[in-house]
Amino acid sequence: MTRLMLVLSALVLALTGAALVIGPANAPYGDSLAALFVDDGTPLTLVMREIRLPRAILALAIGASLGMAGAAMQGYLRNPLADPGLIGVSASAALGAVLAIQTGLAAAFAFGLPLAALAGAVLGVVLVLALAGPRGASITLILAGIVVSSLAGALTSLVLNLSPNPFAASEIVFWMMGSLADRSMDHVWLALPLIALGLALLATLTRGLEALTLGEDAAQALGINLTRLRLTLVVGTAAVVGASTAVAGTIGFVGLVVPHLLRPFVGARPGALLWASALGGAAMLLAADILVRVVLPTKDLKLGVVTALVGAPLFLHLIYKTRRQMA
Amino acid sequence: MRNSRVIALALGAVLATAPAGAQDGADPGVPAAPPERVVSMNLCTDQLAMMLADDDQLHSVSYLSQQARGSALVEQARQYVPNRALAEEIYLMDPDLVIAGSFSDRTTLDMLRRLDVPVAVFEPAGNLSDIRDRVRRMGAVLHREEAADRMVARFEARLAELSAQAPPEGARPSAALYSANGWSSGGKTLPGQIVTAAGFDLVADDFGLAWGGFLPLELLAMSDPDAVITGQPYPADSRAEEILDHPVVAHLKRDSMRGIVSDQDWSCGTPLVLDAIARLSDARLAASGAGR
Amino acid sequence: MSLLSVSGLTIHRGKRTILREVGFDIGAGELIGLIGANGAGKTTLLRAVLGLLPATGHSSLAALPRRDRAKQAAWMPQAREVAWPVSVERLVTLGRSPHLGVGQAMGAADRAAIDAAVGALGLEDFRHRTATNLSGGELARVLIARTLAQETPLVLADEPIAGLDPAHQIQTMRLFAGLAQQGRSAVVSIHDLGLAARHCTRLILLGGGRLVADGAPGDVLTPDNLTDHFNITAHFAQTEAGPIFQPLDVVGMD
Repeated sequence: MTRLMLVLSALVLALTGAALVIGPANAPYGDSLAALFVDDGTPLTLVMREIRLPRAILALAIGASLGMAGAAMQGYLRNPLADPGLIGVSASAALGAVLAIQTGLAAAFAFGLPLAALAGAVLGVVLVLALAGPRGASITLILAGIVVSSLAGALTSLVLNLSPNPFAASEIVFWMMGSLADRSMDHVWLALPLIALGLALLATLTRGLEALTLGEDAAQALGINLTRLRLTLVVGTAAVVGASTAVAGTIGFVGLVVPHLLRPFVGARPGALLWASALGGAAMLLAADILVRVVLPTKDLKLGVVTALVGAPLFLHLIYKTRRQMA
Repeated sequence: MRNSRVIALALGAVLATAPAGAQDGADPGVPAAPPERVVSMNLCTDQLAMMLADDDQLHSVSYLSQQARGSALVEQARQYVPNRALAEEIYLMDPDLVIAGSFSDRTTLDMLRRLDVPVAVFEPAGNLSDIRDRVRRMGAVLHREEAADRMVARFEARLAELSAQAPPEGARPSAALYSANGWSSGGKTLPGQIVTAAGFDLVADDFGLAWGGFLPLELLAMSDPDAVITGQPYPADSRAEEILDHPVVAHLKRDSMRGIVSDQDWSCGTPLVLDAIARLSDARLAASGAGR
Repeated sequence: MSLLSVSGLTIHRGKRTILREVGFDIGAGELIGLIGANGAGKTTLLRAVLGLLPATGHSSLAALPRRDRAKQAAWMPQAREVAWPVSVERLVTLGRSPHLGVGQAMGAADRAAIDAAVGALGLEDFRHRTATNLSGGELARVLIARTLAQETPLVLADEPIAGLDPAHQIQTMRLFAGLAQQGRSAVVSIHDLGLAARHCTRLILLGGGRLVADGAPGDVLTPDNLTDHFNITAHFAQTEAGPIFQPLDVVGMD
């Protein structure tokens, strides 16, 4: 299992390097990396430090967040179909962020934006868990998630529709599909504290999730405080998804696909899957963000589109596999 | 199979060119007698109408002309009744001519025509020579041809004067127009021509965006322009305009020529663009005087 | 030395009272069979004793803080849930989690406990198999091994031998009896009264919302109790091969 972590870490490192040197400016790789550390007075330094670097950091942090949050959700719900986006957390966070921006709260004080997104995410998760029950059958959970997603999405559209700003109405595309284009270090400082907090909280769930393999009763008898576990899960997920959505919009499928792919490699252990999914998620999002720049550089291809294009076929493959097992 | 496809293509071509054809013939918007109660429902037609109309000829302009954000003639506009470009409201004003832009709501214009109100539609000016055409046509529509001719003459004289101040090819500083969503306008657009008339070379042209297009922030940074020209922000926030607050843009603006923001004079194709060109040109001279 | 003491335990669910004023004490070296008809409240009693259900009254286990309780008693629920396709070894290892601190790696003592449990249940060849691919009986043995690996003084098990073949049923009951010899105790809820009579040192009978009888098998499995609380007649005899109990016929039910 540690070999898996080493491989994933190496992959993340390589992809981070690639993410730093690929871009429209098309500068030689060596010069690009050097400009990160040494200010050579050319515009390349500006490009590297203010455009490429924050983008790479965010792809790494947000990918790790979504991966770990997805693994935590699946581990707690004992359901491999759980995904933070599927249960409406991203949509609620987006609503919180949009409200903060349009009411001016985001401009009023620093961290107003990610905190508003966090609040939206918490409310969304609480609502879904209340609707579906803490151990809802997959169908009730997914239905509750659809309700919350649709509601949050509709309200977001409404807010943007009523905005006095002529560009606001088309923003809905961003909040539905996500993008990391031209993020600055300001966005990094905005999101990173909450992401760090959320990851730290989620990482404490290892023992509890492992014990939950035996079911809630047995887990409780093994000494796990299920109430506290659920609270930690909710707050941790809301924090990472809230901060990620506030900065990058809704990015789906990472939290669903990455734990699925890595589960066989960790012996299906939900606790071990947490950090593995974090690394896997970081790798996936870095790769997607590189693809966005390479495939259609002149068009503003959305990150969420790429992750969906990867995720949908994977889902098809899963259905296929399940059908073969049933037959 | 093949024949019907050819016919379909031919039909499509005819239909596509039909509106253009209608414009070239007798101008449907010019009334027979001088109009006495004109309503303008588009910001840019408002401006031109206000500059050319006779006393008491113009009754109403759109509410946008009365807002400082986009209108260069706010004070003048406040003398008129504001309208919200809605058919019912305009019909009740009992106009004998309505002037609209080609992007005005088509259903509203169709409704007015159905109510037998004469409508004259103006395309937006796409470049400096379009401005002359628009002034002349507005003069024709309002039966103020002489005033229009005088305006065109003044326009051409002042434009020539300003162009003479521009440095020769090769000695011109570079400028980048940058607006929401990373849009950069090039030399074939009106904002682009304002900038080139003031003596700059456009960064967008270097990247083949003569008609305008998306310019990645990295390329803007690498081109290191002498002047970065952004617009005034709209009220409330939008993600589209966020890029204008990016540290890279702020950095470029800090090191470039000062005081260059596109404002109300840029928003319409009227002779007022000359004021914009003059200000840009002054900024350029001031900066070059400081040894840049 | 009392491993578990319960007094005045009353459990409500909504308006219904499931059990009223249940009390008993468990010392070391006992194998207690918890018996009763379907719906008598066996599972409910065990869960309330563990503090997994709200109840009024006193249970020494429920009064303990979480971690201590997990080191004092191991619980094997009736529902044999395994959420993920983990290996058998991994499942048994989960029994050690109350003894391990956060992020603490396993030590020699932990490995010894796991090996002992695996060996006791005959699971050596199953160590690396995926738990979700096992048959019902095999999985039951794995979960029992997990419970044993926890190495607690007290073991509570809800129908641990259901679904096992006769050989494994007897072996498992012997295992629990073996715990008693080590000075530990086990409470197992059980439907097979024959096995209960043969292996348990003591029986607790639940019926009509109360604890009806508590004592040696011979004292609890009286004809009256069998008729009133199980609706059966049975043949119960002490033989050289030990007590033999065989239900014969249904009585008092339509």
